Amino acid sequence: KMASGQQWVLVEMVQAFYEAPAYHLILEGILILWIIRLLFSKTYKLQERSDLTEKEKEELIEEWQPEPLVPPVSKDHPSLNYDPNTKLNLSIVCGLPTSHKIVVNGKECINFASFNFLGLLDNERVKKRALSSLKKYGVGTCGPRGFYGTFDVHLELEDRLAKFMRTEEAIIYSYGFATIASAIPAYSKRGDIVFVDEAACFAIQKGLQASRSFIKYFKHNDMEDLERLLKDQEVEDQKNPRKARVIRRFIVVEGLYINTGDICPLPELVKLKYRYKVRIFLEESLSFGVLGDHGRGVTEHFGVNIDDIDLISANMENALASIGGFCCGRSFVIDHQRLSGQGYCFSASLPPMLAAAAIEALNIMEEDPEIFTILREKCSCVHRALQGIPGLKVVGESFTPALHLQLETSTGSRDSDMKTLRTIVEYCMNRRVALTQARYLDKEEKFLPPPTIRVVVTVEQTDEEINMAASLIREAALAILK
Amino acid sequence: PLTQNSVVKLMLLLLQIQNHVTCNGALYNRPFSESFEETPMLVAVLTYMGYGILTLFGYLRDFLREWKIEKCHVAQEREEQRDFVPLYQDFENFYTRNLYMRIRDSWNRPICSVPGAKMDLVERVSHDYNWTFEYTGKVIKDVINMGSYNYLGFAENMGYCADAAADVTMKYGIGVSSTRQEMGNLDKHEELEMLVAKFLGVEASMVFGMGFATNSMNIPALTGKGCLILSDELNHASLVLGARLSGSTIRVFKHNNMQSLEKLLRDAIVHGQPRTHRPWKKILIVVEGIYSMEGSVVRLPEVIALKKKYKAYLYLDEAHSIGALGPRGRGVLDYFGLDPEDVDVLMGTFTKSFGAAGGYIGGKKELIDYLRAQSHSAVYATSMSSPVAEQIITSMKCIMGEDGTTIGRERIQQLAENTTYFRRRLREMGFIIYGNNDSPVVPVMLYMPAKIGAFGREMLKRNIGVVVVGFPATPIIESRARFCVSAAHTKEMLDVALSAISEVGDLLQMKYSKYRALPSQDWPSDETSYEGTGNQGTRSPM
Repeated sequence: KMASGQQWVLVEMVQAFYEAPAYHLILEGILILWIIRLLFSKTYKLQERSDLTEKEKEELIEEWQPEPLVPPVSKDHPSLNYDPNTKLNLSIVCGLPTSHKIVVNGKECINFASFNFLGLLDNERVKKRALSSLKKYGVGTCGPRGFYGTFDVHLELEDRLAKFMRTEEAIIYSYGFATIASAIPAYSKRGDIVFVDEAACFAIQKGLQASRSFIKYFKHNDMEDLERLLKDQEVEDQKNPRKARVIRRFIVVEGLYINTGDICPLPELVKLKYRYKVRIFLEESLSFGVLGDHGRGVTEHFGVNIDDIDLISANMENALASIGGFCCGRSFVIDHQRLSGQGYCFSASLPPMLAAAAIEALNIMEEDPEIFTILREKCSCVHRALQGIPGLKVVGESFTPALHLQLETSTGSRDSDMKTLRTIVEYCMNRRVALTQARYLDKEEKFLPPPTIRVVVTVEQTDEEINMAASLIREAALAILK
Repeated sequence: PLTQNSVVKLMLLLLQIQNHVTCNGALYNRPFSESFEETPMLVAVLTYMGYGILTLFGYLRDFLREWKIEKCHVAQEREEQRDFVPLYQDFENFYTRNLYMRIRDSWNRPICSVPGAKMDLVERVSHDYNWTFEYTGKVIKDVINMGSYNYLGFAENMGYCADAAADVTMKYGIGVSSTRQEMGNLDKHEELEMLVAKFLGVEASMVFGMGFATNSMNIPALTGKGCLILSDELNHASLVLGARLSGSTIRVFKHNNMQSLEKLLRDAIVHGQPRTHRPWKKILIVVEGIYSMEGSVVRLPEVIALKKKYKAYLYLDEAHSIGALGPRGRGVLDYFGLDPEDVDVLMGTFTKSFGAAGGYIGGKKELIDYLRAQSHSAVYATSMSSPVAEQIITSMKCIMGEDGTTIGRERIQQLAENTTYFRRRLREMGFIIYGNNDSPVVPVMLYMPAKIGAFGREMLKRNIGVVVVGFPATPIIESRARFCVSAAHTKEMLDVALSAISEVGDLLQMKYSKYRALPSQDWPSDETSYEGTGNQGTRSPM
């Protein structure tokens, strides 16, 4: 029975063979011949160049000399003042009993250089809270957030930050730099478009580089330039609507720019957001705990609805005087970082004592909203006092806590400008006012800011100290910038 | 008995072949035995089937959610922004929504005590299949901690280290609010850097506030366009990110495979850069000391031999191996008895063996001077907090024995004993374990997706906290449970844990190994005790 069944199938096959059209048979025949050819042809590797003998290869390997691992650094680089007697790096070495009057190289100076805006580095309550946390948890967390590195302190801090900023959720990172540098690549991938201000800080630039998206820079705080870029993009979209439906677009700006001290025009940005359908990422490291009636940052300052901003990122190392950073926003946006923020998933979590200190600092901020008004007053005081110094101009808004002093007329060479400013800084340091130059990596920045001296305002500075510092800088400028 | 004997001998022989015991010429001074047993065929098939079924159900649930038959717990976009380009593609989150969510309770478990040998977990329940969690307010006390990276047991809130850190907290405060190059260079950092350089045996060192950032910010400072980075297949995300940010060409060699590395080196030098064939400016080999997902140790003597032969530079990331390997706790160089001068860039973290946070780089003085001037972290990122630095200083002094006690040496010894004992007992029970016999990171294979969740939950019922890992941290069919042995574990704790693991292993049928080792006396790696190392410093080639 089986044999007859098989025979029957065979007959059918032969019939089909006869009935098939000619071109069909020819095509099949060619395909079969092609398959046989491919099966028997030699494989062809592109990498192997068989025209070099073993001996020649050995010679090439012998001859090759690499560059030295690191190029030599010039001996007078400011971070390398090496004292051959003590064998210590005498770059600015600070020992603290307090952080308002710090001890630099053995001299006690008034601190105009650390970003301690609310004066919380020395606060007894903060220290005590950190101490009790240390007594309970030890120092380190010994694991990333996913593997027993989540402490109840972290959850409490995230909750408190979300409530403070009036958003749905917050996520904390263990390093301020890593916060925005991990947040941007979590959302923006290859093929997406990001519009960034030219004065964006280095952490944002690294985040953009890691994201591999198209980056379009617009002139600093120039909304017309941004609108022009957005219009150009719209024209591009018309040409390829299918692609345009999957490309995500983002605008990345800072609340208060650390490089220039200005504020971003947030209401106009929100208008542009809805007109051109772009999402906004706001970096508020300098403005968190500074602007707004309750210290909530640039959104409170302008009265913008916080839900209009997709992501707010800030570090806790300035106003909150701790270590680390956080992002806050709606759960829809923030929850994604818990699995795709590199600095969150693959790194150990923030030590619990630092998180506890941040919670206590937040408590102090909530209890006493007057502190922000006082800070802003001091900022305008400093801003006024530094006006009219011959040879130096003040760069930054009057309510910025981190101002820049730039040379009015540059000599044309960055090196000599930096040397001049360094002399001014040393003059002031020798007379007990601690200032610092703003530091950048010259070769790595996309738009290198000009050399400046950074002046930081804190609530702990008294009016006399501010006036003394201002007159000292005036003296220095007169003496050095003839 | 005669046949039994010959069977035993045959099995031991097979095991030896399986274990790739290598004594490669004169390079190794101790036997190097790693094993990665093959996935059994039936298990692989069942695992693929399991994932297939889960995917089908995933599609079904997505369909139900789309048609509103099932309630959708996923957070939604705002009404005002509905016509924006969607922030996430649907298929990007398929895995998260449908597979990860089901067993989400195995991860992110909050704790409320020191992450020492025993810890207290905050109890949480979910009434909607892991979409949201509620805290009952109760605490699960004294859970044996087999998941935290606490190799030498320095995660403690009492004792000399904690007291010193407490002093520094009240004296110096905790924040710094400035970068290393501006106003953040404290005397504590200088003290710490000198101590780290002494500990490692290098000329100078530099410390950073975050271990992840140490890699991602310093590799770009060392290499750039026109350089070549040869990186191991299984390198950590921070090394991969650092290599990508540097802009160099990256080539990947097979995990711990020296033939693959040599071939890449030869091809690179002979053929030069792609298309232009200009010679490479420099070649940097990036490897890790212990790979945390596999538990394998890098074949360092061979890598150093290759590096010297082909004039490449070596970047060694000792995140897990510093403090955990070696008779003096100095890491993988100490373990193999090698000279720290041979490695160009010694990198490591303080999170694991020192109970603190942060990272370091050690090397020649020129290298460190260059990094002080050019590292992204020194210019733009806040420096390390003072109490954290103090914790590292005290724990490092303890390991070196400079605090006048023998606590450091005892802990190193205890860790080595615990590691050997734990691995041996697991092998005897018949689990498949990956990695080197001396590595305190012990991955036990689970393979099937359902067992990932089940293992975590069953062990928690027996009061033991374990870490389970699945895709995408591991290849899709090789999910595993990863145990971290600590010097703080006593033998009793390990016994309790082992009996629980055996019980759960029988329940879930996890004992896949074909080679069930007999509890024999002449197990090759039983001689891990470091008694004879009072006179170390001399390398004795085999």
